[in-house]
Amino acid sequence: MFGNSKKFGQEQIVFAITVAMFILFSLFLDNFLAADNIFALLRSVAVLGILGLGMLIVVLGRGIDLSLVANMAISVAWTLQLVGTGTPLGWAIAIGLGFALVMSLVSGLLIAYAEIPPLFATLAMGTFVYGFGRAHLITGTDVVYLPAEFGWASHIGQGRLYGVPVPVILAIAFAAVVYLFLKYTKPGQQIYAVGDNMAAARITGIPVRPILVLQYAIGGIVAFAAGLITATAVQSMNTRIVNSNMIYDVILIVVLGGVSLSGGRGNVRNVIVGTLLIGVLVNGMTIMDIQYTLQNVIKSLILLAAIVADSFINPRDEQTGQQGDI
Amino acid sequence: MDVKTKLKGVAAAALTCLALGATLGATVVSAQEPNDPFRGPALETLDGKWVAYLPISAGFDLAQAWGGVVKTEAERYGMKFTIQDPNWSTDAMAQGMTSLIAEGPDVIVTQNPDTQSLARLLMQANKKGIVVVQMNMQGAVQTDAFVGPDYIALGRQIAGMMVDRCGAGTDTSHKVSIVQGVLTGGVSYFQVQGIMEVLGEHPEIEIVSSQAADWDASKARAITETVLQQHPDLCGVIDVWDGQGIGTGAAIKQAGLSDKVYMVTSGGGAQSACDLLKDGTFSAVVNYDAPGMGRDAWSAIMIALQNGQGGGAIKTMLYSPTFVMTKDDVKDGTCWDAGQYAAMLR
Repeated sequence: MFGNSKKFGQEQIVFAITVAMFILFSLFLDNFLAADNIFALLRSVAVLGILGLGMLIVVLGRGIDLSLVANMAISVAWTLQLVGTGTPLGWAIAIGLGFALVMSLVSGLLIAYAEIPPLFATLAMGTFVYGFGRAHLITGTDVVYLPAEFGWASHIGQGRLYGVPVPVILAIAFAAVVYLFLKYTKPGQQIYAVGDNMAAARITGIPVRPILVLQYAIGGIVAFAAGLITATAVQSMNTRIVNSNMIYDVILIVVLGGVSLSGGRGNVRNVIVGTLLIGVLVNGMTIMDIQYTLQNVIKSLILLAAIVADSFINPRDEQTGQQGDI
Repeated sequence: MDVKTKLKGVAAAALTCLALGATLGATVVSAQEPNDPFRGPALETLDGKWVAYLPISAGFDLAQAWGGVVKTEAERYGMKFTIQDPNWSTDAMAQGMTSLIAEGPDVIVTQNPDTQSLARLLMQANKKGIVVVQMNMQGAVQTDAFVGPDYIALGRQIAGMMVDRCGAGTDTSHKVSIVQGVLTGGVSYFQVQGIMEVLGEHPEIEIVSSQAADWDASKARAITETVLQQHPDLCGVIDVWDGQGIGTGAAIKQAGLSDKVYMVTSGGGAQSACDLLKDGTFSAVVNYDAPGMGRDAWSAIMIALQNGQGGGAIKTMLYSPTFVMTKDDVKDGTCWDAGQYAAMLR
């Protein structure tokens, strides 16, 4: 009855759409299949995918982290600014990472111990992180440029290893680590248990509150890493992305691949499938020179199509209905 | 010579001296007057007035330069200067404008997020007698002053530079890509209009991509990376703003094509533009000198307050001078430090 046992769930539908579009684009668009274009495609969604993995861990535990993008933008912008004003690179990275970690820990503590709903806690924390950051940390312009002193670290976003862009390699590595963490470690399994049924998890002796805090802390670390890749790739960190709909894109790829927002169901594969669909779609539309506004329309139509297809193939029954999707 | 004639001569000389002295004395008196007759009334029109500054965001280099200059000058003449930061939210900006109109400052310096959103409110402010100066992004209504480059001309100029590099008679692919900003934003809309006018006259130029990146460097980077992938023989890229162009330039640089692809953009000439010209991310920048625009805005305020006819009586388009910069023009101090102006605004 549960999502995992479905033979043809949303993940398969989205994967089928992705494959269909991939074939279509390969047939009709010149150079779509060229190795460099595939790398460009993967690279353009690498950061989104990494953020999606962070979001996955939080969503599996029946949470949501709306502060992910704010945390990413401010912590990394602060790191860049510190390096620009003479702080050694290692220290600056440690301080930025520390900031992201502390902020996500506060979110986690608010949710686990003060029992504030994740939606509100992280919404408030996201606003706090951005507001505090812009008022007291990033005091100049809201775009912080990558200082020349960034040295080796600038290869994180710009470099290539054996011809493959480093961001793509990092995204694959992250996916592998998260996969192993969720599948083979005790905390990973406990996240599923907490998300599936918190009361039952508590009765069986799982440290529910520390696990909740851990999820958000991981989210914070992932946000910082994704930010470093973005900043080094475009040689700047634009704190304005906090105002953009990036956080919805992150939720989109997680949900699109079939991860349940009600917790406990989903895995790394779901996120990869969702990320690939968006990657193929955006890359193909860019090659076709479709305007950005029209791209958004097409993107949302395909999302709707996937959801409609899912509800036709897997009609909601009493049990799934009670799970209460957001 | 008898005594009589002698005396006569002395008297005449004395008289001449007196007359001369009188004239001289008169000039001396007028020079010693503590004020010239025009300074006092002029200062009076400025003193104690309130300038409200409402850009779309106070967090970016252009708005900081404009605001920094206007604030410094306003305070020099005993005016009150306030600033609101809607942080890129059109809603917050419209609210801020509505409450400003209710409070009634003497001058509002603002920047339209797009051509329509504030149009009605700006008209209302003018009707109330508030002087309205629009910066950089021209709205659908004309107020006391628009300060900014003539974006259509700027677009034509940039397109002209592109034609020189990639047009007929050059040994290139003639392929050009355009990265727009927000489609409805004045800076992007009018600039692209100018670009298309010129490129339209040059059928040999093929526009392989013209997409909006929403003022976001990451989006600009992704678009340009894909375009370069499809057209490795691309001749040139136009990005409508340097803050977004950094992403476009990064894509070209990281594809190893900096020497082959001509990348031209425009901006206010902040230090970042100089740095990016120096390291080859940009090939050329058309600079519209943001601190200079701040000075123009201040001039517009002085003119509007001193003409004494109230807001909206005299309407002027104050087009900013622009100049082209390349790597060779970059020296220490060529560009200005946004941090310094940000500090002025704090």
